[in-house]
Amino acid sequence: MGINGKSYIVGIYEHPCRAALDKTLPQLHAEIAKGALADAGLSKDDVDAYFCAGDAPGLGPINMIEYMGLNNVRHMDSTETGGSSYIVHVNHAAQAIAAGHCNVALITLAGRPVADAKEGKPVRYYNQQAPDFPFEMPYGPNVTNMYAMCAMRHMYEYGTTSEQLAWIKVAASHHAQHNEHARLRDVVTVEDVVNSPMIADPLHRLDCCVITDGGGGIVMVSPEVAKSLKRTRVKVLGAGEAPKHLAAGQVDLTYSGARWSGPKAFAEAGVTPADIKYASVYDSFTITVLETLEDLGFCKKGEGGKFVSDGNLISGVGKLPFNTDGGGLCNNHPGNRGGMTKVLEAVRQVRGEAHPKVQVRNCDIALAHGTGGLLGSRMGSATVILGNEAA
Amino acid sequence: MNTDQKNKINLVVNSESKPYWEGAAKGQLLIRACNACCKAHHYPRTICPHCFSDDTAFVEASGNGVIYSYSVTRQAKPPYVIAYVELDEGVSMLTNIVGCEIDKIRIGQKVRVEFSEAGDGYALPVFTPA
Repeated sequence: MGINGKSYIVGIYEHPCRAALDKTLPQLHAEIAKGALADAGLSKDDVDAYFCAGDAPGLGPINMIEYMGLNNVRHMDSTETGGSSYIVHVNHAAQAIAAGHCNVALITLAGRPVADAKEGKPVRYYNQQAPDFPFEMPYGPNVTNMYAMCAMRHMYEYGTTSEQLAWIKVAASHHAQHNEHARLRDVVTVEDVVNSPMIADPLHRLDCCVITDGGGGIVMVSPEVAKSLKRTRVKVLGAGEAPKHLAAGQVDLTYSGARWSGPKAFAEAGVTPADIKYASVYDSFTITVLETLEDLGFCKKGEGGKFVSDGNLISGVGKLPFNTDGGGLCNNHPGNRGGMTKVLEAVRQVRGEAHPKVQVRNCDIALAHGTGGLLGSRMGSATVILGNEAA
Repeated sequence: MNTDQKNKINLVVNSESKPYWEGAAKGQLLIRACNACCKAHHYPRTICPHCFSDDTAFVEASGNGVIYSYSVTRQAKPPYVIAYVELDEGVSMLTNIVGCEIDKIRIGQKVRVEFSEAGDGYALPVFTPA
């Protein structure tokens, strides 16, 4: 059973805070749920399905369902794939709505890594029971060096340069200047990026995303419910999800799971990369964007460096406007999980409600892609394609 | 995953990994191979991830390989080099490159295994330019 056209996104909310010292984690989830439902014109009692990931405190979805008083839930899902979880949730909610399991699905993400660090709380530590842990952790893998090795290999195989990667950050900064909530609003140049301190060769500080608190939420509904609401509805056209890992030691760091999640989403939506007017692409690091754009088919494998250069990702300038909210590189990466905000900006673009300076004209079809985990070892990839009513 | 400092080795010795660490303590780099499909894999598992046979065993690797990719974690004190080394046996493993000038490390460089002290009599396989 397909999902194309069988569900709609009718409510979204991005928490404006970027440091949540005065808020608890459950409180953030609830504020986000309230914001997303208000945007949709629905109440909490309309919610009959709840989706969350590992950031939600408690036993899967149960504790947050209790905290928020969601009394009519008959379908729940706490699939955890790191930062891409929320795009997986959009896919799963679309499937559940299409199958008649629910009519109003709420998805929330919240995090407070900035506040937790200030309060001296221990950092989240990788699961020692994971089978890879004994053989990898002794060598000091961290988020940055595990993405850096992908960039290093991509440069080796395809001649990609630090300057080309820098263009991704430059484009994000051009967009972030118009977002009053963005963590970083200054426009930066290629020189600024390549001259920023080296964190893990070849990634510089400005190749890395921000760390922020906050979160976001989505309300998805059946076509019947969507028609009863006043809000501009955004149709879910297709979605795909895929794991990628080290394949028993056959390591290839030059591509991501988007190689599989993307084609599934395009096939279901019945569109091609050429039809996409706007793309939200997970940008934990600049290299994440570059490999993903290749894997999704926006350019050939190995040509990502050329594709992202010279402002090609800047709205109003280039051929593929991306991350017009400033993305994780400049705007927001709440709880170190960027998939939610990717969907939110894609919805704004299809609604025509992005900032006027970055709104893409006639944005009838948009894409959002998430990469959860580590590009340099194992990840969950997820792609969703959204459209307006005519799409 | 949030370790910026590589100052503590977290060896996890369990029933699946114990022979691997015992081998390293004796100066042997072990990889797991399957007697049914004849393919090697890494990290080692009891059930073969290629064919799902349970007829797997540790075998000693040559200890030779080439650097597939690497990165220098510059903010750590001291900076360290993380890498994937592709072993001559055809599987790649996450490791550290040690005992050389950090800025001269290159992808494709030939390396060989050596063992660094990991506490409790155990040792950690790391690689150095051949």
